[in-house]
Amino acid sequence: MDFALTAEQTLIVDMVRRFVQEEIIPLEINLDPDADELEPEVLERLTDKTKAMGLFGLDTPPEYGGPEIDMVTRVLIAIECSQHRAGIYTPCYGAFGGARQAQLFEATEVQKEKYLYPMLRGEKRVFFGLSEPSGGSDPARAIQTRAVRDGNNHWVLNGTKLWISGADRADYGLVFARTGGAGRAGVTAFIVETNWPGFNVARVVHTLRSAKYATEIQIDNLRVPHENILGEEGGGFAIANDRLARQRVPYAAECLGAAIKAHEMATEYSKIRETFGATLSARQGIQWMLVENEIDIRAARLLVLDAAAKSDKGLPFRTESAIAKLVCSENGFKVIDRSMQIHGGLGVAKDLPLERWFREMRIRRIGEGPSEVQKHVIARDIIGGSLR
Amino acid sequence: MAVRMNKPWIDLNEISLGTIACHLGVYQLANKNYEIVYIGVANAMTKFGLKGELLSFLNRKQLGACYFRSEVNMAYKTRYVELLQVFYYDHKRLPIGNTDIEPASLGQLRPGGVDHKKF
Repeated sequence: MDFALTAEQTLIVDMVRRFVQEEIIPLEINLDPDADELEPEVLERLTDKTKAMGLFGLDTPPEYGGPEIDMVTRVLIAIECSQHRAGIYTPCYGAFGGARQAQLFEATEVQKEKYLYPMLRGEKRVFFGLSEPSGGSDPARAIQTRAVRDGNNHWVLNGTKLWISGADRADYGLVFARTGGAGRAGVTAFIVETNWPGFNVARVVHTLRSAKYATEIQIDNLRVPHENILGEEGGGFAIANDRLARQRVPYAAECLGAAIKAHEMATEYSKIRETFGATLSARQGIQWMLVENEIDIRAARLLVLDAAAKSDKGLPFRTESAIAKLVCSENGFKVIDRSMQIHGGLGVAKDLPLERWFREMRIRRIGEGPSEVQKHVIARDIIGGSLR
Repeated sequence: MAVRMNKPWIDLNEISLGTIACHLGVYQLANKNYEIVYIGVANAMTKFGLKGELLSFLNRKQLGACYFRSEVNMAYKTRYVELLQVFYYDHKRLPIGNTDIEPASLGQLRPGGVDHKKF
């Protein structure tokens, strides 16, 4: 197995690394430690640079104007982009293009005109409404939001969505609702506009992540035109699932990027901090922590690149993406925890990015499918015989 | 946690601010009619947190602030946005002191049950 970078990948990695070091990290000196947004004119200046690099719209397919990069390169970029204070959840503050609603690429031409292209032009914001109070990890069974047909042209939706990011600022989004019986075939995806009567962002859900919040949506007799079904009636689960498997790979890589930076900081600090007449790096207890960091990072890196490489080759990569997500988030958390420990009191202070990474990495072990759900997916593939 | 900050108002003066610590969090200021005139945040860039923020208003009378109430909150950024959103929902405008915020960029919250109590 050869994970050597191509000349083009090496160039891209160097370019992105320089961008983070020269453009992003200096900005953070004057930002609140929990900041997740830049002033529009600053973001525009940075976006001009990523466009000049040919790397704007990383998660947009090339036929819609995104860069022609494979998943391995996407992972390498994600590892670099996340090596700053806000990097786990807001890599480079969105200068490489914000999160896209990938499902809308499956829309009809009419839907694309109305919803996809305005999103790609950055004119409209979107949300993804899958999880509910009854659960988010097993949407096929947990979805209780109900859509009932009203005549030929409309559906009426009722229910509650929870943990939905950005719904309060979105113009429209996807709401998954049950149109049939229990299980996967009973779920349909609807494109819903947030100013329609019956769509209510009822509250903000505060979490460890002070920078961005989730919301709770109350859907109360929301009338949705039939033409706003995305894909086919009963085909919502497949649409949701496709997104989840694919985005787990760069998601895992972002966990790794922050861990690499934390480890780098801990290593440097251990060389200059003295206790009882010797540097921390001279102490075996600290050395072993650094060794464990190194092993955790290397293992995670190999696994996330393996998942990306399989995806690029058109091979099944569901198990690999689950392993990558599991290992990168769990190892990343351990690395950041050890790095905080090595820094002592400074590690928990807001002066350094470690405390923010610690809080946000804790969420990463749950977001996009908790570690236990990833194990469930992997176990299913082992026992089902589809692993080899 | 309640969406609206419904704590009692406290006189904005040096004596009462003496009881406020330097934590991170959010606060509201009200005029003599108990109308909210400013919603603020003591973030990690603020020297002396809530105490520092509120003390700075003692010397700035332009908002007519006579009362304050505050909430220690590590999720200060999201709580700050939530307080602004709910104020906008209740009043269809932002407090007179929050002139640096464009309502369109704030996002919309519809928590239900307009709070008609005096703020």
